[in-house]
Amino acid sequence: MEIAVISGKGGTGKTSITASFATLGGDVVLADCDVDAANMYLLFNPVHDEESVFVSGHKAVIDYDLCTSCALCMNYCRFDAISEDRGRIVISEISCDGCFLCSRICPEKAITMVPDDKSRMYSGSFRKGRMVYGRLAPGEENSGKLVNAVREKAKQTAAQYGLETIIIDGPPGIGCPVISTISGVDRVVIVTEATRSALSDMERAVEVVRKFSIPAFVIINKFDLNESMSKEIEEWCAGNNVVVAGRLPFDRQITEAMIESKSINEYNPESETGKKLRVIWNKIVS
Amino acid sequence: MFRIAVASGKGGTGKTFVAVNIFQSLIKSGLDAVLVDCDAEAPNAAAFFTKKLTGTIAVTQLVPVIDESKCVYCAKCHEYCNYNSIFILPPVKIIKVIVDLCHGCGACSVACNYGAISEKPDSLGTVSLFSEKDRVSIIESRMDIGVMSAVPVIKAAIKQIDPGTGIAILDSPPGTSCPFIETVATADFVILVTEPTPFGLSDLRQSVETLRSIDKPSGVIINRAGLGNNAVRDYVDRQEIPLLMEIPFSKKTAEIYSEGKILAGTDPAFAGSLVSMVQNIIKDHGNSSYKR
Repeated sequence: MEIAVISGKGGTGKTSITASFATLGGDVVLADCDVDAANMYLLFNPVHDEESVFVSGHKAVIDYDLCTSCALCMNYCRFDAISEDRGRIVISEISCDGCFLCSRICPEKAITMVPDDKSRMYSGSFRKGRMVYGRLAPGEENSGKLVNAVREKAKQTAAQYGLETIIIDGPPGIGCPVISTISGVDRVVIVTEATRSALSDMERAVEVVRKFSIPAFVIINKFDLNESMSKEIEEWCAGNNVVVAGRLPFDRQITEAMIESKSINEYNPESETGKKLRVIWNKIVS
Repeated sequence: MFRIAVASGKGGTGKTFVAVNIFQSLIKSGLDAVLVDCDAEAPNAAAFFTKKLTGTIAVTQLVPVIDESKCVYCAKCHEYCNYNSIFILPPVKIIKVIVDLCHGCGACSVACNYGAISEKPDSLGTVSLFSEKDRVSIIESRMDIGVMSAVPVIKAAIKQIDPGTGIAILDSPPGTSCPFIETVATADFVILVTEPTPFGLSDLRQSVETLRSIDKPSGVIINRAGLGNNAVRDYVDRQEIPLLMEIPFSKKTAEIYSEGKILAGTDPAFAGSLVSMVQNIIKDHGNSSYKR
């Protein structure tokens, strides 16, 4: 079974809750698909036995020995990435989308496409099974391709090691990497918190999940920071046929556990949060 | 104009909280400011204010439309497309555009030698303008659900900033990938909001390294101070990054925010410290004004 945990809004406690799920039962494959801010390894210190280069895209580079400054490329580029600076054609690395069009149309063949090869994917073992995670190099396009690569590797690993459960820590937002994280999974867990902003982001996340017809479960974290807001979230869920799997209190022990590199269920399994998470997990996998 | 981006590697550290409070404090103290919500995947800043919606701009990209009566199934467009958005089976004469994968680069139209490809606009999102006294004060980027990249909508929102405005506050998307770079690249200074936890530190480190690689000056606000440990403070000291402010953790602050209210509206001391923080940043970095 593949279970993805997402949040819409960042910082709702998604990674801490995912870590708790990973330590509640038997061995699992844990896939960190929050490739922009992959933090799960901080809790589990995996020993990685495999590292692979991930090419996230390409960037256009001009060979100035060949460039005649005809500016044809500039006219074709739809990403405002090419400009002219005192007679010299310049390509902005930040704006280049890597579409290859300029390199194809350049009459002097002065443009080459250079692969972005600084991102990495790792796999290895941790105390509760196997772990696969990606790290996207800063500024590279998080197109969801690395997420797909991590999930593919997680599936292979599950088959290879005979592990039945894959738990995925997803990225925030609702864009391409989120879509790649949830497509084809068996369950989606949306971690929200009792704030107006989180509700608005959760509504958008639920809409994305709907497009895939996957059963979704909402967890309201830090519900006691604003109980009336929490009620409003529950009402929204009831009105939109979304299952609320549980509510968790604000708990400093989550941060304490993180500092000790542990999940809350390893740090203090008998705490209120620990016990509630066990109930929530059983509800999700049943 | 001076542009300040408020960013964070990690989500949920209080980036929007800081951005809306700075904006509110600047306005209240009579300064000319605009707030730009660049977190197009999860835009929340405008909801804190009751300003009038005075305009919307549809953000679109051009996607291909194939005229099958002219298509000879040569597959050149498929070959030119770097995003796998043209699906073609020449032996059975099937060709389909997968609009969700298209980046609107136009390569397929250039590739086609038979005039079989025309283009139509496809919606990516909306830029909304909120005004007060006939002057745009909040610009919000909002990506459509199901769209892959927020970058075009963010770009369109940034384009709406009136260069005559005194200070622009950009609420940046989380992370350090494209949407973040697109936002901070246009700023004169970046405020990184973090929290004193191992996750906060790890993501702060990545943001600092990214900003250094593009030579962007930055400073740090530690939010929810007192909640975790001292590792973030030690890191900021060691790296000689200006520590702009520490906002202590308080349930009251969290509650005010959770209701969609602005702390600086009821806490003049907090508002005052935000205004002087911004004034100091401008004093130190005012000459490095961004030009494009």
